[in-house]
Amino acid sequence: MIQIENVGKRYGEFQVLDACTTTISKGEVVVICGPSGSGKSTLIKCINALESHNCGTIVVSGVTVGGKKTNLPKLRTMVGMVFQHFELFPHLTILENLMLGQVRVLGRDKSEAADKAMALLTRVGLSSQADKHPRELSGGQQQRVAIARALSMDPSAILFDEPTSALDPEMVNEVLEMMAELAQEGMTMVIVTHEMGFARRVSDRIIFMDRGRIVEDVPTQEFFNAPRSERAREFLSKVLHS
Amino acid sequence: MTALDLSVITHNLNYLLVKGLGLTIELTMICAAAGLVLGGVLAVLRLYGPAWLRLSVAAYVNLVRSIPLLLVIFWFYFLVPYVIAWVTRAPNPVQLNAFVSAMVTFTLFEACYYCEILRAGLQSISTGQKFAAQALGLSQIDVMRCVLLPQALKSVTPILMLQIIVLFQDISLVYVLSLTDFVGAATQLAQQQNRLVEVYLFVALVYFVICFSATKGIRHLQLRLANQ
Repeated sequence: MIQIENVGKRYGEFQVLDACTTTISKGEVVVICGPSGSGKSTLIKCINALESHNCGTIVVSGVTVGGKKTNLPKLRTMVGMVFQHFELFPHLTILENLMLGQVRVLGRDKSEAADKAMALLTRVGLSSQADKHPRELSGGQQQRVAIARALSMDPSAILFDEPTSALDPEMVNEVLEMMAELAQEGMTMVIVTHEMGFARRVSDRIIFMDRGRIVEDVPTQEFFNAPRSERAREFLSKVLHS
Repeated sequence: MTALDLSVITHNLNYLLVKGLGLTIELTMICAAAGLVLGGVLAVLRLYGPAWLRLSVAAYVNLVRSIPLLLVIFWFYFLVPYVIAWVTRAPNPVQLNAFVSAMVTFTLFEACYYCEILRAGLQSISTGQKFAAQALGLSQIDVMRCVLLPQALKSVTPILMLQIIVLFQDISLVYVLSLTDFVGAATQLAQQQNRLVEVYLFVALVYFVICFSATKGIRHLQLRLANQ
């Protein structure tokens, strides 16, 4: 459902993305890993047009991404996103955070949106927090709300940009568990993460990036058991034995 | 030196406070409200508009902020009648009502300050918030209206209110257009009855009480916002 072909992006002299090509099918869980500055976040932000790419094509379920003619509301309803720093809206309650997109973008009426929001909050175990503001919740709770917010738009895929990097260690698991659940239910997921244990357990495929290029794009077991490139071996030995 | 005679004040309280101070407060509220709306539009244009518009707004804001307020008031009052006459091809200058002239001048002037305050507020919000709003599929206008502006407004509310207190004081300059604001009313009264000391002392006291308690109130609000 997501086709990325020959995508490149540069900031001045700096080549952030270089001829990236891959395809993500419906229901697939793909982890993107690699050293920092390798272009992982930039690549997934290109998928929902938060970042623009200079060359190549990205197509999401028939919607071509890039250029002024992109159908942004349609694209972004199809592809949800969860951020490293949660990015809940601090001036709105938890419930309102989950209703905003439904009302303003999908045109649902308020009571319908509130019902949907409450159902999702119940699902992530936070229905009792509905009327609080984000700052009153722990980091782990905020990230679960952020995932619920992405789900409120009924997306067909969700992008995760280092969803656990800003969390205290004891809160990482509650978020990873939720993501594992989503994966089991068949959600298409593209996850930038350093949690290699999670990647090994949950993902179908690993994309390893280095200096803006996709260096490996292989089934998860193959990546961990027999990484092909020297860079990936080096990376794995560092993250697995630290 | 003769003793202070406060009867000039007690006998004319209605004129001073209802007519004079009333006009000052009326002008403050109208100009603050209109200035905020215009300032908000200018701030958004200056940050996110096309290049030519960003430059024009910046030029306008910087120009107005570099001219003394009194000069802007004179200018507007004396020059605009000729401009209107020229535009409408009227044979004679079209004199504006002093109240309207003051209202428009202060609104245009204050909008520049509010623009800069709101711009700072908008810039203080992380790009992550913008990304999150965009990622939900919100239109550019909704991103601004539902996510960025409310947060910016909240963070700069205390500064905006302090600026409104400054406006409240600056309104006294309208006496040059012969409007009977608080200072204008006081001046008339003081000269008529030759009681300059009493009247101006009273005016200063009233300004002090209002501005000082308003500032205290804002400080209180600021602490409450910070604790949230």
